[in-house]
Amino acid sequence: MTETTASPAPSASEARPGPFREFWFYFRENRGAVMGLWVFAVFVICAAFSPWLSPYDPTEQFREHILKPPAWQEGGDWAFPLGTDPLGRDMLSRLISGARYSFIVGVVVVSVAASGGIIIGLLSGFAPKWADSLVMRVMDIILAFPSLLLALVLVAILGPSLINAIIAIAIVFQPHYVRLTRASVLGELQKDYVTSARVAGASLPRLMFVTVLPNCLAPIIVQGALSFSTAILDAAALGFLGMGAQPPTPEWGTMLAEAREFILRAWWVVTFPGLAILVTVLAINLMGDGLRDALDPKLKRS
Amino acid sequence: MFGYLLTRLLTFVPTFIGVTLISFAFIRVLPGDPIIVMAGERGMSEERYQEMVVKLGFDKPVWEQYTDYLVGVMQGDLGQSFVTKKPVWDEFFSLFPATLELSICAMIFAMALGLPAGVIAAVNRGKFFDRFLMSTALVGYSMPIFWWALLMIIVFSGNLGWTPVSGRIDLLYFFDSVTGFMLIDSLLSGQAGAFKSAARHLILPTIVLGTIPLAVIARQTRSAMLEVLGEDYIRTAKAKGLSPLRINGIHALRNALIPVITVIGLMVGSLMAGAILTETIFSWPGIGKWMVDSIFRRDYPVVQGGLLLIAVMVMIVNLTVDLLYGVINPKIRKR
Repeated sequence: MTETTASPAPSASEARPGPFREFWFYFRENRGAVMGLWVFAVFVICAAFSPWLSPYDPTEQFREHILKPPAWQEGGDWAFPLGTDPLGRDMLSRLISGARYSFIVGVVVVSVAASGGIIIGLLSGFAPKWADSLVMRVMDIILAFPSLLLALVLVAILGPSLINAIIAIAIVFQPHYVRLTRASVLGELQKDYVTSARVAGASLPRLMFVTVLPNCLAPIIVQGALSFSTAILDAAALGFLGMGAQPPTPEWGTMLAEAREFILRAWWVVTFPGLAILVTVLAINLMGDGLRDALDPKLKRS
Repeated sequence: MFGYLLTRLLTFVPTFIGVTLISFAFIRVLPGDPIIVMAGERGMSEERYQEMVVKLGFDKPVWEQYTDYLVGVMQGDLGQSFVTKKPVWDEFFSLFPATLELSICAMIFAMALGLPAGVIAAVNRGKFFDRFLMSTALVGYSMPIFWWALLMIIVFSGNLGWTPVSGRIDLLYFFDSVTGFMLIDSLLSGQAGAFKSAARHLILPTIVLGTIPLAVIARQTRSAMLEVLGEDYIRTAKAKGLSPLRINGIHALRNALIPVITVIGLMVGSLMAGAILTETIFSWPGIGKWMVDSIFRRDYPVVQGGLLLIAVMVMIVNLTVDLLYGVINPKIRKR
């Protein structure tokens, strides 16, 4: 905690750096994490500005240019740098537009699962023992189902679409946040500063959200980064199985499913969407590792 | 120890009931009337409909339906498939060996490469080898395995023509199932080439399903080894002048294995998720493909029963791992 004291710091060099600068200091040391951050930035830019960045409309079909190979291969055309798919749509435009869907999946899943999970976990950590056990049993039940299978079945109930896939994945990811938050809360509750806040007469909501929660955030942030990438993977897997985004949406997993029958004829329609998923997920995981090293004091400098 | 066993077993009961509740609720929250769905496009007369309502117990109060269902589950009655009309229980257990065979091979593959990779990385900490192995592991960990499978098919089946694309064995061979494991059955059948064919069908699915466990095991082994390598008894072993192979391979690895084994045990759930994708791509006739097919066919009793059986299986494995962990590490029992 970086409470500023009333007396001015003797000199700038002795003052403790702000939490962000300290974080950046440790994060920067991890070269992989910084690289991941750059790739992630490119991904975010693609997601935000895809209509302006992509050369064509991702659903526009160029009927006279079906299955064009990438430009550097024989028969390729620089008008379609990464080639075209079986319906003559530009691969590059579809890949850039696909970033948007994956980004939305990641952001929505993480914010829904994390906010729900943090609140349930906090309440459960502060609740009487029977209520706490009840919540934990419910989470155990959800965790007993393999996440992808549960998401598949949920989507089958709700009907296949990207929104329903997002809802299903968010539900399936919730228990991880609940457990993580609860475990940190229980750890923090033993500490003296919580007792002192209690003695000072802090109300329960203040104790929960102002005193304890900020000290539990580090592992939750790391989990957020990791589940961002898992969410993208799972949404793509659902799309690949035909239970996520529906064609002609240029979602990466859905693109792979559409391309499946052409794998032996046109390698590029299969290779590029998967590569996009892999690079994005890898970048986020690299960042997640960096975050963990920078935020978790137990692992710091080890 | 006994008290610990008892409390762990007691938490199993409410979880089991919860899992049955979820799979019971599944068929009721589905949009549409399951009886109409069952009738399909032919439709059904009013009398026949009423007959089915009584037969399936939909006229009883919900809690009674649930207790009936629970009693059925306890007796191994999970209903019948709409499509094949066979009991779900029988279908599950006739397909289960295929998934088990694939999973065991995938785990052997993952451990055979992951454990040495983790040890080598830990011993060479911070050096080129460590960085190279751990970057590779992170790539494996981030892999969309459905794409990985397609790439393998392009390279090994398409370009090189080394492996078949789908199934468990060539149609040339036919023999009765004895153990349900194709590798063993093909050997028992004594037919020339049958074993080779079964093995060739297994290679790609094994690699695909084993990739993520491989990455997880390598990372976990490395961090567990790093922790152990700082211990006093390793220094003692070094001081005694033991060979590095003996120190790292026996003294350190044995102690580092405890957390690794836990992780391996807890991977059963994600292995099942991986099996869904792997089996679908390679047309592997196991539980994962069966579930996906049933979801598409709207074969609800199968989805319901399969969901329950898979969840119970994962729970039993997790419980066993927990208990074993308690046996290995006495510190855990006290909590």
